[in-house]
Amino acid sequence: MIPAPFDYARPTTVAEVLQAVASGGEDVKILAGGQSLIPVMRLRLAAPETVVDLGGVAELRGVREEEDAIVIGAMTTHSDVLSDPLIAANAPLIAEATATVADRQVRHLGTFGGALAHADPAGDLPAVALALDAEFVLVGPGGRRTVAAGDFFVDYLTTALQEGELLVEVRIPTLAGRWGMHYEKFNRVAQAWSIVAVAAAVRTENGHIAEARIGLTNMGPTPLRAAAVEAALAGVDATDEAIASAAAHAAEGTSPSSDLNAQADYRRHLAQVLTRRAVRAAAGL
Amino acid sequence: MTVTEDRPGDLPERTLPEDTAPAKEVGRPRRRKEDARLITGRTTWTDNMVLPGMLHLAILRSPMAHARIRSIDTGAAREAPGVVAVFTGRDLADEQGGLFTVWTVTPDMVRPDHPSIAVDQVKHVGEAVAIIAARSRAAAQDALELVDVDYEPLPVVLDMEQALAEGAPLTHDHLRSNESFHFVFDSGQAGTGANVEETFANAEVVVSRRFVQQRLIPAFMEPRAVVVQPQGDTFTLWSSTQVPHIVRTVLALTTGIPEHKLRVIAPDVGGGFGGKLQVIPEEVLCLLVARRLGKPVKWNETRSESLMSGHHGRDQIQYIDVAADREGNLTGIRARLLNDMGAYLRLVSPGIPIFGAFMFGGAYKVPAYRFDCTGVFTNKTPTDAYRGAGRPEATFAVERIMDELAVELGMDPLELRRRNWIKTDEFPYTTSAGLEFDSGDYDTATDMALELVGYDELRAEQQRRREARDPVQLGIGFSTFTEMCGLAPSRVLGTLNYAGGGWESASIRMLPTGKVEVVTGTSPHGQGHETAWSQLAADRLGVPFEDVEVLHGDTAISARGLDTYGSRSLVVGGAAVVNAAEKVVAKARKVAAHLLEANEDDLEFSNGKFAVRGTPGSELSIQEIAFATFSSHNWPEGMESSIDADATFDPVNFSYPHGTHICAVEVDTETGGVTIRRYGSIDDVGVIVNPTIVEGQIHGGVAQGISQALYEEAVYDEAGNLTTGTFVDYLLPSAADLPAFLTGNTVHAAPGNPVGAKGVGEAGCIASTPAVVNAVLDALRPLGVSDIRMPMTPERVWRAIQEGGDGGDRATAGSNAYGGAQTETTAGVSTPESSLGGDR
Repeated sequence: MIPAPFDYARPTTVAEVLQAVASGGEDVKILAGGQSLIPVMRLRLAAPETVVDLGGVAELRGVREEEDAIVIGAMTTHSDVLSDPLIAANAPLIAEATATVADRQVRHLGTFGGALAHADPAGDLPAVALALDAEFVLVGPGGRRTVAAGDFFVDYLTTALQEGELLVEVRIPTLAGRWGMHYEKFNRVAQAWSIVAVAAAVRTENGHIAEARIGLTNMGPTPLRAAAVEAALAGVDATDEAIASAAAHAAEGTSPSSDLNAQADYRRHLAQVLTRRAVRAAAGL
Repeated sequence: MTVTEDRPGDLPERTLPEDTAPAKEVGRPRRRKEDARLITGRTTWTDNMVLPGMLHLAILRSPMAHARIRSIDTGAAREAPGVVAVFTGRDLADEQGGLFTVWTVTPDMVRPDHPSIAVDQVKHVGEAVAIIAARSRAAAQDALELVDVDYEPLPVVLDMEQALAEGAPLTHDHLRSNESFHFVFDSGQAGTGANVEETFANAEVVVSRRFVQQRLIPAFMEPRAVVVQPQGDTFTLWSSTQVPHIVRTVLALTTGIPEHKLRVIAPDVGGGFGGKLQVIPEEVLCLLVARRLGKPVKWNETRSESLMSGHHGRDQIQYIDVAADREGNLTGIRARLLNDMGAYLRLVSPGIPIFGAFMFGGAYKVPAYRFDCTGVFTNKTPTDAYRGAGRPEATFAVERIMDELAVELGMDPLELRRRNWIKTDEFPYTTSAGLEFDSGDYDTATDMALELVGYDELRAEQQRRREARDPVQLGIGFSTFTEMCGLAPSRVLGTLNYAGGGWESASIRMLPTGKVEVVTGTSPHGQGHETAWSQLAADRLGVPFEDVEVLHGDTAISARGLDTYGSRSLVVGGAAVVNAAEKVVAKARKVAAHLLEANEDDLEFSNGKFAVRGTPGSELSIQEIAFATFSSHNWPEGMESSIDADATFDPVNFSYPHGTHICAVEVDTETGGVTIRRYGSIDDVGVIVNPTIVEGQIHGGVAQGISQALYEEAVYDEAGNLTTGTFVDYLLPSAADLPAFLTGNTVHAAPGNPVGAKGVGEAGCIASTPAVVNAVLDALRPLGVSDIRMPMTPERVWRAIQEGGDGGDRATAGSNAYGGAQTETTAGVSTPESSLGGDR
């Protein structure tokens, strides 16, 4: 289908983006890779007055290393993420999850920042960002600010981004110690969204789990941290039994929805199974 | 989900029967000559058509499943930029006629009027209620939002069983009930087999089941599109259709445009799967609007429009009973079906279950046979043909109940099948349903399939996993199927009250330079007819493959034809090509005899050359004769100046492809996820003209059948809205979800046509679904699971494991087909408490 008419701006700098957004009228949408926005516009579920296309803003693309973090530009495409050596070395969880996003065509257009700003709880990257304690760098009329992942995802498709603000980059803090990571995704066909998925990052020391961070995909209106599992894993021996026992807490504090693919009770069950598997793999068992 | 790719060994070598061995082209795995243009899209897709002054149509569709139209305000839409005209059902009421159903399955079949655009009432979501004609597609789309329709909601009925209950809301309020027809075939009454009631009354064992064939959406790759060009009092209509010839005749009858003033063209068409075996409302509406405005018009649907308003398939509830003795010899099968027609009958809707009516005995010898089907109206999109059309439903029921009977008897499911199927030396075999099965060798196909998949090794692994209580269990399922193909003997269609015939037509034109045009009445939409028909003609005429062009899909070029569906094209249309070629050769022989000054009987024809026996060097090629025909300077007395020929082929019998499909699945008992571990099939589709095309048809068909088993279902909410209205919710698998298929063939030439082909378009889709379901249940029977409704989603599989039995989906609930108490015992051998490991 054809979207309703809209005005279109294609700025080339972040400053111009902010200007275009400010002058775009009542309902402005920012277009990153377009893999979520364009379908809803074509279905006329969204009919923005102005679309500001970030495709020409070169400064938003690419991955760089800073002292305490790797920094991923918001407009870095999924396929660029997949081939990036810094991400592979420091945050393989991101690459592993990104490889499961939709299909090759989508990964060539879709962007890291777009997927996070869209904040679909069934999307793969929000839970990963949450598990890695990512920091979101936002620029707006009031200047630049950094928001922790835990504060960024506010509600279903809703983030801490204020009107006129733009997500410009995401900082992934460098991890110290021996970390293993795994993304365990469960869906019905390859290109489908997750029914449930689990992002696990586990630091092991001398055969025990020193620290675990577990992100849950599609277990509520926002991505969630499985805090009870993390607490139960802290300090335990990295054994099947201990992990299974901790993973049994995976559904605590979640509020999964019911839809054609799964009722909520099945999602809660899956969260436990997938958490156990994700932690086992991350712990190298 | 992940896919394990493993191949136990090389594919068996394909064999061709002795009599076709010398052929040069038939049997060659040629790459398809049409593919470059189809794959790049640089071709005549209907939506690629641009005509001067063309207007674009957009159709407003009902958001209500059942409602009276109080009023439609089109004022704002008419004023919108770029809009040329707006039409409602009232505007077109006098000239739209009604859409046709060409199959009257019972004399008292109820056939409600079906307008192309709703006038007073809408009966399902997606029905057309207004048309915008505008100068651009975007303008037409924008104006849709300005049309204001005032609906008065009416009661909605969506469930077939509820629709038949006393006091149910009526889909058509002027009718007495929601029943369209009740079709019965009984072997005792027909004199084709034993008395069914006595057989079941005296049976040692009866197993009864209720199966659900969920509603499916054909989901062809190219959405439907129509272009109409009016020129004086004639009209040319391009449509993405499987059936241009049927469309022409039916549209002429519907709209009153004389048939000779209407040309229909199916240009390159991107798939159909039965979904384009239809005369669609939009074809009528495009014609009417083009006639009103005197301008070319185009309509091209969106994917959401396609999923919602194109016809759907399957949607059948099956009660099936099987009777047998304790040794496992079948004595009877009876099936009682409810088939959801949706809100209206479409082109062949009521005939779809009837295609399967005689096939619920499968490949087996069944002395007593009864089939009973009720067609039911509901407030949903109409159903009609979908790949296999009636035969997948029949095959599913019989292949599933054979497994259930095997469990009941404590027999190996394959052993039970072997005991009952028709043996090679028993062909031709007349079934208790009255069909004459032409040929086959079920034992050989099965033995080959077992070897192909590495059956013994799979069973050993299954045992190991069971003993180890592995959370991932292995299951193996069979489908030893046969199907009825090659539609169709016209005489038989007559006895079934189908309005049309089943013949096919071909013409061969020998051009002056010796090149050849083959004109076919079949209408390919992905099947590769241009390649295969070229191979057939090249062999029979002795001309190079490259010298043959195949023309199709235009009623002005291919005047006679009955189009493509039901695995008929090669079996019937290919046969017509062969017969036309034989006629060309016979005519050319007369010319050759004249020019070579020889007796016709002394001429040998091989490799395209007529040679005088015993006179070396005295020869003429058929391509030289084509030029001699063009000049006609030296021509046999009394013979017309043409060696071109037309032929029509009408089969005397259906053809009966068969095969053995074996599926091995891994079932993750913790998540309910099912992964196809290995899939192998040996199919007998008769003589193979192009092995690559045959393999592709099997691959695509198997994928589609697996998809019914595991992924696809059209779901409506309680208000009658299609909740699976996009591909986000209507799940289709891709290559990433499917294993590498192992395929092979046996070849028993079909005796009923000169090609020897049996048909392959539907085989994979018919065979595969029960093989997958049987495999999943084979994995889970130790956990007490006896059935899971399709699609076998991870959640349904998981719940079945939790609850045992059929997962609470009523799959074995209720009574048997004729209201008696069930006699079957529960299949489970253990309780859920004894289930396999894991942390549930």
